[in-house]
Amino acid sequence: MSEPLTILTVDDSRTMRDLLLVSLREAGFKVVQAVDGADGVEMLQTTSADVIITDINMPRMNGFAFIDAVRTDTRHRATPILVLTTEDEPALKDRARRAGATGWIVKPFDPEKLTEAIRRVTV
Amino acid sequence: MSNRSGLPADVLESIKKVFFQECDDLLADLEAGLLALQRGERDPELVNSVFRAVHSIKGSAGVFGLDALARFSHLFENAMEEVRSQRQAIDADTLRTLLHASDVLTDHVRAAQDGSDGPQDSERSAEEALALLIGGREAPAEDLDFEFTPRPVAFEPFSISDPVERTWEIRFRPHARLYAKGGDPLPLLRELKRLGTSTVSLEMADLPGLDALEPEQAYLAWRIRLVTSQTEAAIHEVFEFAASDCELVLTLDENPPAPDQESPDDAMEAARGPEPRRPTAESLRVDLNRVDKLADLAGEIVITHAMLLQRVAEAGLSAESGIGMALEDLNTLTRDLRDSVMAIRAQSVKSVFQRMSRLVREVEAATGKQVELTVFGEGTEVDRTVIDRLTDPLTHLIRNAIDHGLETPAARAAAGKPAIGTLRLSAAHRAGRIVIEVADDGAGIDRPRVKSIAAARGLISAETQLQDDELDNLIFLPGFSTAATVSDLSGRGVGLDVVKRNVQAIGGRITLVSQPGKGSTFTLSLPLTLAVLDGMVFSLAGQRLVVPVGVLLESIQPRATDIHVLGPDVRLLSYRGEQVPFIDLGWALGYTGKSTDFTNGVALLVENESGRRAALLIDSILDQRQVVIKSLEANYGPTPSIAAATILGDGRVALILDVDAIMASQGQASEAFQQLAQAG
Repeated sequence: MSEPLTILTVDDSRTMRDLLLVSLREAGFKVVQAVDGADGVEMLQTTSADVIITDINMPRMNGFAFIDAVRTDTRHRATPILVLTTEDEPALKDRARRAGATGWIVKPFDPEKLTEAIRRVTV
Repeated sequence: MSNRSGLPADVLESIKKVFFQECDDLLADLEAGLLALQRGERDPELVNSVFRAVHSIKGSAGVFGLDALARFSHLFENAMEEVRSQRQAIDADTLRTLLHASDVLTDHVRAAQDGSDGPQDSERSAEEALALLIGGREAPAEDLDFEFTPRPVAFEPFSISDPVERTWEIRFRPHARLYAKGGDPLPLLRELKRLGTSTVSLEMADLPGLDALEPEQAYLAWRIRLVTSQTEAAIHEVFEFAASDCELVLTLDENPPAPDQESPDDAMEAARGPEPRRPTAESLRVDLNRVDKLADLAGEIVITHAMLLQRVAEAGLSAESGIGMALEDLNTLTRDLRDSVMAIRAQSVKSVFQRMSRLVREVEAATGKQVELTVFGEGTEVDRTVIDRLTDPLTHLIRNAIDHGLETPAARAAAGKPAIGTLRLSAAHRAGRIVIEVADDGAGIDRPRVKSIAAARGLISAETQLQDDELDNLIFLPGFSTAATVSDLSGRGVGLDVVKRNVQAIGGRITLVSQPGKGSTFTLSLPLTLAVLDGMVFSLAGQRLVVPVGVLLESIQPRATDIHVLGPDVRLLSYRGEQVPFIDLGWALGYTGKSTDFTNGVALLVENESGRRAALLIDSILDQRQVVIKSLEANYGPTPSIAAATILGDGRVALILDVDAIMASQGQASEAFQQLAQAG
């Protein structure tokens, strides 16, 4: 059996982090968690992720700046980034796309949809 | 509850607990942010943080099917978005709306937590006001969608290294040497806490019974569970100066369970990111029952120590003997232990003060008055037992200050004052007590009106001449205020006399200073803890009893000529030209028949909180000491004239007198006293 995929989740809400943790582990992924964009960037210095799932509205460093920072790091240039947020305004989606996001999922999420989205970007 | 997450119900339920904890933090952030905006701060990050708090609540509420909460927070979020994008100015009206919405949101969270109905009327008004802010901009519909064509991804097999955060199990057992050198475990534990999230537990398994206790030995050990990204060396560095004087074992926990959870599922076990860096993160979450238990045990040690002292004294051992000196050391340690435990249980008054800003807004809205609340000293700490008893009196005093103290904007303008009244709420430590002041800049006590009401209610005779402060204090008399004369708002039908009685019941005092036209200041003074008391131990009819030192003025050897008989059960004692009710305590408590000779005993001159005095006849004074208060109410219900009990050094139980109740039950004497006072 192959090594499970590592998912880095970036969200300032403890509740969301717990939900993601449980859902993703249930689906067989290894999960690491960061509490905001800056924390995520810091984690990526020492940790690798196969997929990154990030929120947009966060203190210290928001999701756009985080995606931007990840994409400028050669080690993570190719890592799929899914945006998980309650926002669904086209302008925001466009901004995320331009920053380098791979996909956009609107909360509240469905673990199956989430898993499916991860499969789609990691095939 | 509908489950939209597709997770097992028990897992979801445990995450929901986390959600409500998080809501508490977010609501506190929200209110703090809005209040900062109200003070005129305009940092964009402040607006962002307010937005995020509402946004986070909305985001999670939907997952748990908390529809009412999700709906309201969504509306609130949209209004905040208007503010954040500067389409809506941050003016007084906007802030009022947002603060009101924050109150309603708090109610929604509570309702979701209790499973009760959400706020009704207040919600509608909040919704309407929020809708005005949004100004018809349609809220986007929420939906689940997954978009963008996934781009092809070059998949590299990354090596998966350790997560940055690691969990350490640390066992720290100081040797006696550490204490002998003046070392203290507490700063070390605090230092450790700076490295990450720590959970500390105390090991007392080695603590022997008192008979085997060597006072200069060290028996306690601490177990610390530390989640940190720091290295092992960094942890060792904390103990640098203690290293040779303690046992220190560090173990790396490879598979730590998630903190803060009664983990219902292995899935909860995981490496998780560090907690958000909130200013409040420098605290420990410990089950309150454990802390209470520890406080009780510390109290027991104080009592046992006192017993030991007495036994040693009875055995004829001098204070200079080995045992005597060791006991003296134990005395210091015992006090430190008790103080440390009390410090753990201490809480800042912030939680109570925060609730008051909401209260002010509500009373403002109900009275049409405008109030600016300023708060000082909200970091002042006091024992949890006292915190719990603060809310009611403060609520009452603040209602009272706005409702009766502050004038309407028009009346203020007419008096040449700013239209907005100020209310100052402050806390400070003073002389081993916590002093809380509620000060308004209103009209002050209307003394002629107070006098006429008091006379109309028969509390004073119309001819009575009273000093200004005496007049002011009439408002604390039972029967002064009734729901018929004061607006129902201030007391919700409860008079200031009840507030005063409740404050006195926990050993507190309440005083009032008022200046006509300038305002009134109510001062609450409370003991820092309800767990210990400075008491005077005395004997009466073979019993030992305790009277709180706080009520004692002095002790007197009564002379027969000083005692005046006014009736079968009513006597007065002349004392320095004053007449005070003379209470035959043995008879009043039912220990003895009526005394006939009062000159063998001692009279304790006591003063209750309203300044009324009485002399209590007892047999003799034994000792003055700190006693640990043991409540009787749980086992015996309220006992007339008895406030609580304690255990003395010899192991015997001593009852602690409720001086107020005794004076009240001897009402005849005080009525006679009043007659005499008025006649004379």
